[in-house]
Amino acid sequence: MSKMLNLKLKIWRQDGPHAQGAFLDVDAKDIPEDASFLEMLDVVNERLIADDVEPVTFGHDCREGICGSCGVMINGQAHGPEKATATCQLHMRKFNDGDEIVVEPWQAAAFPVLKDLMVDRRAFDRIIEAGGYISAPTGTAQDANSILIPKEVADTAMDAAACIGCGACVAACPNSAAQLFVGAKLAHLNVLPQGQSERWKRTENMVDTMEDFFGSCTNHGECSDACPKEISLDFIAFMNRDYVKAKVKNRSLQSQ
Amino acid sequence: MVTLDAKIPDGPMAEKWDNHKFSIKLVNPANKRKFEVIVVGTGLAGASAAASLAELGYNVKVFTFHDSPRRAHSIAAQGGINAAKNYRNDGDSVHRLFYDTVKGGDYRSREANVHRLAQVSVNIIDQCAAQGVPFAREYGGLLANRSFGGAQVSRTFYARGQTGQQLLLGAYQALASQIAAGKVTLYNRSDVLDIVKKDGEACGIVTRDMLTGEVHGHSAHAVVLATGGYGNVYYLSTNAMASNVTAAWRAHRKGALFANPCYTQIHPTCIPAADEFQSKLTLMSESLRNDGRIWVPQCNDDTRVAADIPEDERYYYLEEKYPSFGNLVPRDVASRNAKTVVDNGKGVGPLKNGVYLDFAAAIGRDGVEAVKERYGNLFDMYERITGEDPYATPMRIYPATHYTMGGLWVDYNLMTTVPGLYAIGEANFSDHGANRLGASALMQGLADGYFVLPYTIGDHLAPKLGDTPVPTDDPVFAESVQAIDDKSRQWTSNKGTHGVEHYHRELGKLVWEHCGMARNEAGLQTALKEIPALREDFRKNVKVLGSPDGINTMLEKVNRVDDFMEFAELKVRDALHRRESCGGHFREESQTPEGEALRDDDNFAYVGAWEHKGDGQDPELHKEHLEFESVALTQRSYK
Repeated sequence: MSKMLNLKLKIWRQDGPHAQGAFLDVDAKDIPEDASFLEMLDVVNERLIADDVEPVTFGHDCREGICGSCGVMINGQAHGPEKATATCQLHMRKFNDGDEIVVEPWQAAAFPVLKDLMVDRRAFDRIIEAGGYISAPTGTAQDANSILIPKEVADTAMDAAACIGCGACVAACPNSAAQLFVGAKLAHLNVLPQGQSERWKRTENMVDTMEDFFGSCTNHGECSDACPKEISLDFIAFMNRDYVKAKVKNRSLQSQ
Repeated sequence: MVTLDAKIPDGPMAEKWDNHKFSIKLVNPANKRKFEVIVVGTGLAGASAAASLAELGYNVKVFTFHDSPRRAHSIAAQGGINAAKNYRNDGDSVHRLFYDTVKGGDYRSREANVHRLAQVSVNIIDQCAAQGVPFAREYGGLLANRSFGGAQVSRTFYARGQTGQQLLLGAYQALASQIAAGKVTLYNRSDVLDIVKKDGEACGIVTRDMLTGEVHGHSAHAVVLATGGYGNVYYLSTNAMASNVTAAWRAHRKGALFANPCYTQIHPTCIPAADEFQSKLTLMSESLRNDGRIWVPQCNDDTRVAADIPEDERYYYLEEKYPSFGNLVPRDVASRNAKTVVDNGKGVGPLKNGVYLDFAAAIGRDGVEAVKERYGNLFDMYERITGEDPYATPMRIYPATHYTMGGLWVDYNLMTTVPGLYAIGEANFSDHGANRLGASALMQGLADGYFVLPYTIGDHLAPKLGDTPVPTDDPVFAESVQAIDDKSRQWTSNKGTHGVEHYHRELGKLVWEHCGMARNEAGLQTALKEIPALREDFRKNVKVLGSPDGINTMLEKVNRVDDFMEFAELKVRDALHRRESCGGHFREESQTPEGEALRDDDNFAYVGAWEHKGDGQDPELHKEHLEFESVALTQRSYK
């Protein structure tokens, strides 16, 4: 059997976006160290239910670190202490018996709290809708091998495309900026030959939409540190470069 | 009276789809904007269908219970996607992919659908590459391939170990562009709780807004269900936590026949449960079996660590029993053999619930670096979950429910037995027979969504030109809305003893025990008695706290478990009636003298499609007999 831990939890509870929140203190006894962080919350919830207390609401789904649904601040760190690990993949053996663990939702103006630890990240979808795609209506594609893409380019696109859209970058940033998320999507599409036609419009539209919701980047690098997929800060530099170019290129042809 | 007409087009197998596309009705481009289509689910099938329909000009409403369409569980698929491109010049062809899929499905799929799947597979790769899906490439810039799941050709395209994620992001981004264009309206955090019919046809759905608790009707000229499979009936599976059978089940209750619910794929390489709080199981890619050797100790209840067990006291059961395929036998064979050795007391790990997958030989032969290069990310994931280092000690694996081949019965147009109601992707039954091949789920989801449904739906819509959708204040909607709202209030006033998780876990244990990797008459009969008893206990004694008027995750879950409680009974009933072994369905009474699965083509070469006859009534079985004109029926052998 797993080793058991006794933990002191402080879990943020909040009824809705405009409600006053407060910490719930929980003595979590006998938590198996093989449990994931979310399974630990499951156990806490089952015990709350037994005591007729409403369970804590948190976002989660695949529990394999790929869907991006989960994510909480654990002792002030987005997704907790383990590098390159989403909350669902963090396991309790990374904690010690007797630890106090503070669990809070992502905190950013663009991510309002819906309930307890669950936040609304629709702003990310708005940014993708602003241009985070390559227009290729079904049926129009040429043979896949007629577009040659050097391996390094495909690999770079994949490095950027690995983003799971969890929002840890925003939560970790002192400015609540979304540059890592946007830079990753722009780099994924803008380095590929298929992405060239819409490159400059895409860049300007996505960045401008981002500015409507999120703060400004001041190069702290907290985003990349917190990222469960270790998305590189280089993609922010890439985005900034493309944005400057886009501002020129998007002038009407006449005025150029 | 239900009659099953599969509407398989005439003509030679290779020409059926082209003939059919010519013969079905079309909707004029300028008229498409006059039609409304509802798509439920935003995984590969749903997102690709919604985007493609919108590009054609239809007005699409798309529904997901997630916060964003990108989170659907297609995202977790690791291995790859098959396509008959023959880029490797190794003898692949549409016919070979078709043949492999029919044979791999153990001759329980519909040939015409499978052939079409193989045909459009090549278009999927083109489509996805054009969208910017970062498939793996060779140094020259051409697409890379790998061999997968024991296939004799290299036809699998992949994007590292995240193929599902990248394909889904491609479809999600196409969907996002159509949302921006105003052709798709997205309803996120919406739970679909009913399918609404008028005059015998599907005319809409009823949803519960998961933020406000409000229940609404939505109407359209056609409804498409892309709601995935029913694997979570086992509680523990590789499915996401919220994956459920609800929309499909409620469609079934409204007249859509449910086909082959006993077919479930149990994937052999998952990480075993660590404790009773385990909430899901994690798949380790099948590719690990290329280099890992599977074994258990020869002595029962051996307490030594793996390294202390000498070579001659290890039982490499797959290598011994299947010398030619060894550790690469198909998924169902590998799974059943693992169950046998664990049941016989040879299981490893603290709970004795796994078998070893050992890389020592590969590391000795090729070096740590080579193994790290091939499987580094998987080894890291294993270590993160178990706390054990697989470079130093063998992995422990055990089978887990992964994919469900059964689903809503559909005809060649992917329409269910309810006119105007379609089912695509894992939610339907048609392409994988009794067993799905690796890297074929992504192919089928995208085939249905990009290249099949957008054509076939026109046949239903064309005659409806000028019809307005049924208004949502029509009594058929109002009654359903009221019933669902009442039901929510009823659940939340249940002052029971146990939470919903408890009942789901109990149901899972029951179904896994009696209708899991191996099934027999007595066990299935037991399950058939125990499931209704558990369901009754659940309905009376489940405790749902909080209010129906707002976010309430317990209420969401209680609806899903309620449907699983009903579905489980049908699943067991189907398994009981199918007195043969085929693919993922192993009946202990039907095996060869060597203990392998034995099909009974004389009596069971049909699709078993069940009709709901009302609560308390036995469902009625309808049979679609399967004709095999292109692929000869043979018994699979992996010796």
